[in-house]
Amino acid sequence: MTPVRELCEVLERRRVGAYHALTLLAPRIAGQARPGQFVHLLAGEDRSFPLRRPFSIHRAERPGGSGGPPGWSPGGMGGSGGPGPALGTVEVVFDVVGAGTGALSRLRPHDVVDALGPLGRPFTPPETPTGCVLVGGGYGTAPLYFLATELRLRRCRVDFVIGAASAGRLLDAMEAKRLGHSLTLTTDDGSAGRRGLVTDPLGDLLPRTGAGQVYACGPMPMLAAVSRAAAAAGVPCQVAVEEQMACGTGICFSCVLPVGPGAPTRMARSCLEGPVFDGAAIAWAELGFPELEPTA
Amino acid sequence: MRVDLSVDLCGVRLRTPVLAASGCFGFGREMAGWVDLATLGGVVTKSVSLEPRRGRPTPRTAETPSGMLNAIGLQNPGVEAFCAGDLRFLADAGATVVASLVGRSPEEFGRLAARLAGEPAVALVEVNLSCPNVEHRGEVFATDPAAAAAAVRAVKRATATPVLAKLTADVTDLVAVARAVTDAGADGLTLINTLLGMAVDTTARRPRLAAVTGGLSGPAIRPVAVRCVWQVAQALPGVPIVGTGGIVSADDAAEFLLVGATAVAVGTGNFINPRAVVEVADGLERYLAAAGVTSPAELPALFKAER
Repeated sequence: MTPVRELCEVLERRRVGAYHALTLLAPRIAGQARPGQFVHLLAGEDRSFPLRRPFSIHRAERPGGSGGPPGWSPGGMGGSGGPGPALGTVEVVFDVVGAGTGALSRLRPHDVVDALGPLGRPFTPPETPTGCVLVGGGYGTAPLYFLATELRLRRCRVDFVIGAASAGRLLDAMEAKRLGHSLTLTTDDGSAGRRGLVTDPLGDLLPRTGAGQVYACGPMPMLAAVSRAAAAAGVPCQVAVEEQMACGTGICFSCVLPVGPGAPTRMARSCLEGPVFDGAAIAWAELGFPELEPTA
Repeated sequence: MRVDLSVDLCGVRLRTPVLAASGCFGFGREMAGWVDLATLGGVVTKSVSLEPRRGRPTPRTAETPSGMLNAIGLQNPGVEAFCAGDLRFLADAGATVVASLVGRSPEEFGRLAARLAGEPAVALVEVNLSCPNVEHRGEVFATDPAAAAAAVRAVKRATATPVLAKLTADVTDLVAVARAVTDAGADGLTLINTLLGMAVDTTARRPRLAAVTGGLSGPAIRPVAVRCVWQVAQALPGVPIVGTGGIVSADDAAEFLLVGATAVAVGTGNFINPRAVVEVADGLERYLAAAGVTSPAELPALFKAER
C-alpha cells in the first residue's frame, strides 16, 4: 500500500447534524483505503494557515467495483449509490473548529481539494468472525461505519455504542442502527439515549454480547476509559487516536504518544504507527489518565 | 542551452541545489515512498545526539500565520541506532546524506563527529548550534561566537568530512557568529534555524505548546532568512551558504540563490507537500532557463543589489 497525493474534485458537501460531510472524487485513495486510515486535506488558495488537516475516512467507495485491498473484502461501502460503476470516492466528516475546517466548510461541488492518503495503520480485523463492539464519541464515530461494513462482510456481530455531548452532536445514528445488530446511544445531557458516557454501558454490554473485540475512536479521555473497560472485561481493544498533527507522513514528530510495553515507554508517531493502536499498549498514565499501565 | 542544476557545496557535488532541511524530513526513509531520495540535492537528517532523546511532551506544534511553531525537542534514536538503521537505508537509496549533529558540549559534538567520520555514507556534517528547543539557553551555541566556535573546532578536529554550521538569526550580530565559526574551520553555513516564538490559547489562557516556547518556521520567516543570507554573503564572500527558511516554491528558492546562497533547504514545505524538494528543484530548472543561465551558480551575478 502506497499513499498518494491526489487532487480531488468535491462531489458533495452537506450538513450532518452539527457536522459537515465532504465527499471527494479520489479513485487512487479510495482504491486502497482501509477502515481507520485517514486523509490529510488542504483546501482553498489562502495559505496564511498553511498546514493540512487530517480526517479519518468515513466512507470509501472503491472505483469500478474492483477488489479491495488484501485483508478486507472487496466492494467497500455503497457511499454515493446509484447505478453504474463506482467512481472511487472518499467521505470525511468534520466539525468547524478553526480556519482550516472553516475553509473546508465553504467548499462547493467541483472545487478541488489536495489530499494525501490513505495514511496510517488501519484497524486490524478479527481473524475469525467474532462479536465486535464499536465505540464512538462525537465525530470520532466517523471511521466506525466504514469499519462496521467491513466487519459485517466478515460475518462479525457488530454492536454500536455512540455518544456525544448532546443529541445534535451524535453522528448519523440512523446509519449505526442500519449497520449494527444493536445501538446504544449516550449523551452527556441526556437529550438522546442514556444520560452519561459511552463507557457506562460497556460493563454490561461486553459480557452480554460475548464480544471478542472492541474498536473505539474519539477524544483521548474516552479512549482511555474504553481501553480500561475492555481490559477489565478481558477483551482486546483497538483505538484510533486523534493527536495534533502537522505532516501526516512521519517527518515532523508532532503527533507522538507514549507506548509500551513496560518502561521506559517510547514516543510513537500516530501518523505512521497509528492512528490505530492497541489500547493496552498506550501509556495512558503518562497522558494524564493514571488508571491504566501499558501491558501489551 | 541545457540547464545543469548540480552545484558544488564545500567540495561535494550535489545533484540539485535543493536539500531537505533538518528536522523536516525525518531520517529520510519515511519519505522514500514519496520521492526518489537519490534525485534530491541532499537529505539533511533530523539531528542525532550521542544518546537517544525522547523529545518534548505534546502539543509539540502550533500553526501560526503563514507558519508554525514547533517544540519537538530533538527526539531521535541516538547516533548508534541512526548509523545502524537510517543511515544504511539512506546509503542504499543512493541519497546524498548531510548528517545533522546535536550535542550539549563541544566534547559531545566532537564524539559525534568522530563516530560519523567512519561512515562513508555521510557526505557532509551539519552542526546544529541553534535548535531553540533545548533545556537551557546555553545549549544554543550559536548565540555566542566563542561557544559556537568551540563546538565547530571540536567537530573539525574529529572529522575530515566537510562541516556546515547551522546558525540562528536570534542574535544581535549574526555576521560575528558566522565569522567566528568559519574562523574555527566551518566549511560552510546553514542559515537560518527557526526563530524562537510563542503563541497563546486565549480560550484556555495558556501557551499553545507544552514547552511554552518553540521555533517559528514556514513562509512567515522567509524575509528574515533571506536578509541573513544576504548579510553574511556580503560580509564573508566565498563562504558557501545553505539558505533555509520558508521555502515552498522555486521562486522562494531563487530569492536565496540570488542573494548568494550556494544551495537551499526546504523545511516546513515538506509538511505541506511531501514532494516539495523535487518540485522546487524542477521549478528552479525552469527559472534558470527563463533567466538564460545554465547553472544555479550564475544567479548571484544576475542580482542587482540597488533598486
